[in-house]
Amino acid sequence: MAVRVQFENNNEVGVFSKLTNAYCLVAIGGSENFYSVFEAELAETIPVVHVSIAGCRIIGRMTVANKNGLLVPSSTTDTELQHIRNSLPDNVKVQRVEERLSALGNVITCNDYIALVHPDLDRDTEEILADTLNVEVFRQTVAGNTLVGTYAALSNRGGLVHPKTSIQDQDELSSLLQVPLVAGTVNRGSDVIGAGLVVNDWCAFCGMDTTSTEISVIESVFKLNDAKPTAITSTMRASLIDSMS
Amino acid sequence: MEYILPENIASNSTRILCCQCAVPIEANPSNMCVACLRAHVDITDGIPKQATLFFCRGCERYLQPPAEWIVCALESRELLALCLKRLKGLNRVKLIDAGFAWTEPHSKRIKVKLTVQGEVMGGTVLQQTFIVEFTIQHQMCDACHRSEAQDYWKALVQIRQRANNRKTFYYLEQLILKHKAHENTLGIKPKHDGLDFFYATESHARKMVDFVQSVLPIKCQHSKKLISHDIHSNIYNYKFTFSIEIVPLSKDSIVCLPKKLTHQLGSISPICLVNRVTSTIHLIDANTGQVCDLSATVYWRYPFTPICNPKQLVEYIVMDIDILKEHEKKSFPGQGNVSSKHVVADVWVVRANDLGLDVNPIHTKTHLGHILKPGDTVLGYNLGNSNVNDVNFDKLDRSVVPDVFLVKKHYGERSARRRARNWKLKHMAEELHEGLSSSNDDYNEFLDDLEEDPTFRQNINIFKDENKIAVDTDEIDPTLPRITLAEMLDDLTIEDVEMSEV
Repeated sequence: MAVRVQFENNNEVGVFSKLTNAYCLVAIGGSENFYSVFEAELAETIPVVHVSIAGCRIIGRMTVANKNGLLVPSSTTDTELQHIRNSLPDNVKVQRVEERLSALGNVITCNDYIALVHPDLDRDTEEILADTLNVEVFRQTVAGNTLVGTYAALSNRGGLVHPKTSIQDQDELSSLLQVPLVAGTVNRGSDVIGAGLVVNDWCAFCGMDTTSTEISVIESVFKLNDAKPTAITSTMRASLIDSMS
Repeated sequence: MEYILPENIASNSTRILCCQCAVPIEANPSNMCVACLRAHVDITDGIPKQATLFFCRGCERYLQPPAEWIVCALESRELLALCLKRLKGLNRVKLIDAGFAWTEPHSKRIKVKLTVQGEVMGGTVLQQTFIVEFTIQHQMCDACHRSEAQDYWKALVQIRQRANNRKTFYYLEQLILKHKAHENTLGIKPKHDGLDFFYATESHARKMVDFVQSVLPIKCQHSKKLISHDIHSNIYNYKFTFSIEIVPLSKDSIVCLPKKLTHQLGSISPICLVNRVTSTIHLIDANTGQVCDLSATVYWRYPFTPICNPKQLVEYIVMDIDILKEHEKKSFPGQGNVSSKHVVADVWVVRANDLGLDVNPIHTKTHLGHILKPGDTVLGYNLGNSNVNDVNFDKLDRSVVPDVFLVKKHYGERSARRRARNWKLKHMAEELHEGLSSSNDDYNEFLDDLEEDPTFRQNINIFKDENKIAVDTDEIDPTLPRITLAEMLDDLTIEDVEMSEV
């Protein structure tokens, strides 16, 4: 299910939110509209948390996250870090990294298993990334752009990349990620995929400008139509099977 | 039958779906297919599709804002340039082509087909062709507005002569024609004792004044009247008037000069005949043949009026004539020029009315000794019997005033002269002569004067009159003054000289 949403009249929702399979971070906005869209869609399954990073709202670009962990830049204050730790599930590791390329969301994109990173990223950051997020790290570019986080959006089921990405690049990336990839756009032809779209395994949020064509591309590549985790299939499932056995 | 391989889609280029219509396309900066892009953005957005052109029906010109009116034909380059200038947003796009689409000439519509290129959405160049419709609206231009309001002239030259006849004006007309001084004139209006010339600009009027000043003795006054003004732009709209007064003397009048003036003019006798009026006044004294030229400035310093006018001329018959010998001529130191063209003579005349009665011939002196012989008819003024009201005349000693002042020789019947006249003059405007026709005699006298005085006619153009039925030359009195064929011009155009359009 892909949902159109706007953050204070801004269609770049990927800038103001971070979505994983285990939790969702949203920026503190002037109104609660943005938050409530996420809340309505996700509250049943995962926590939706108001967060700021170094006093900024552009949390989607500053952080990198998956269900295993969360990396925040060194500019994050202690209070903010404490708030994040308190709000997230206990099994999520939260780590602060000293990295020159502090907009971590722009230089890193990942799903729960693989991370593509900017070729100039620090070695230490790469190690911390692999440890915290439990991912295999590859230095890659997308359509010649080093800002892989900006121009790609990944989930465990698929990925959307910059519209100019060549077939060879797509093949190479999808063989690394082991998920199907497609070149596409969001927000009525915008090529900054990472900024226009946040996605996890069953849900996607994109800017209000996104056309139905783009939605259908997103839904088909991320396989959002057939997967809708409810309480029955996730938390209740174990107990059901338990009781049935 | 051969198996045709499906065409390989170029593997290098990624195809994405158009974000609007889901058609597979190559990625471009807007990520839209051309059709959607066209539908989505209009590069002609800021360009008006309709505009107005202003057209003056009077002079068939188009308004080029702010205030210029230009002539341009339909579908001409000039009109296209004018149309394009009227479109505001054209600087934001690149104009590739422009041309006219056909419209009915009377439809008051002009359609211009434009092709423009514009850059949209970060680098996509789009080309678009569209039609702009111009509506032609009528607006009177300033010049037409003025002429419609009968307010087309800015400067007026009023020429006036307070005299009894209009010969001076006929002479002026011929001078104007010869020098083409009326080219810029908007209109000429006959007025009581004068003419009005209308001009569009002050400089044209000033030129006319200068011309008249160079050919006639005049006095000129200048005035202007404020019509309207704009305090913001410091524009003042005036009407200028030049009032020209011509010296009120005409040929063949007798004047009585102030005493002071006679001293200045070489002690000429105060009773003088006006021999000719050109740029100066030519006076002649019958007793001595002494002549002098009087300029306009001197005249206006000592103004005087004629004491006898040509209307009062009386016919006399010459009984006897005795040309003065050289030693009999009076001369004194300080005397002015004496005419060599005239011959002073003692003459005895009898009034034509009294001929046959037993009267004594009247003795007088005349400057016409060279053309008079006994038996001739001569025109003169009967000064002794006339009632003259003139300050200078009253101061004169009556003994020096001759009883009879002979002016010119009389050449028989006027109609005979008219019949013998095989030349004509051109006229500026018929209406001018209609206004003047009351004094048709004046005009004939003017023609007579031209025949009699070669120096008088040297400044004007005389044309052969082809329409005149050839008169048997034997019938014509050989003594009549004639204008020789050499002095006449061939008239090439049958019509009068064209006046400039008002």
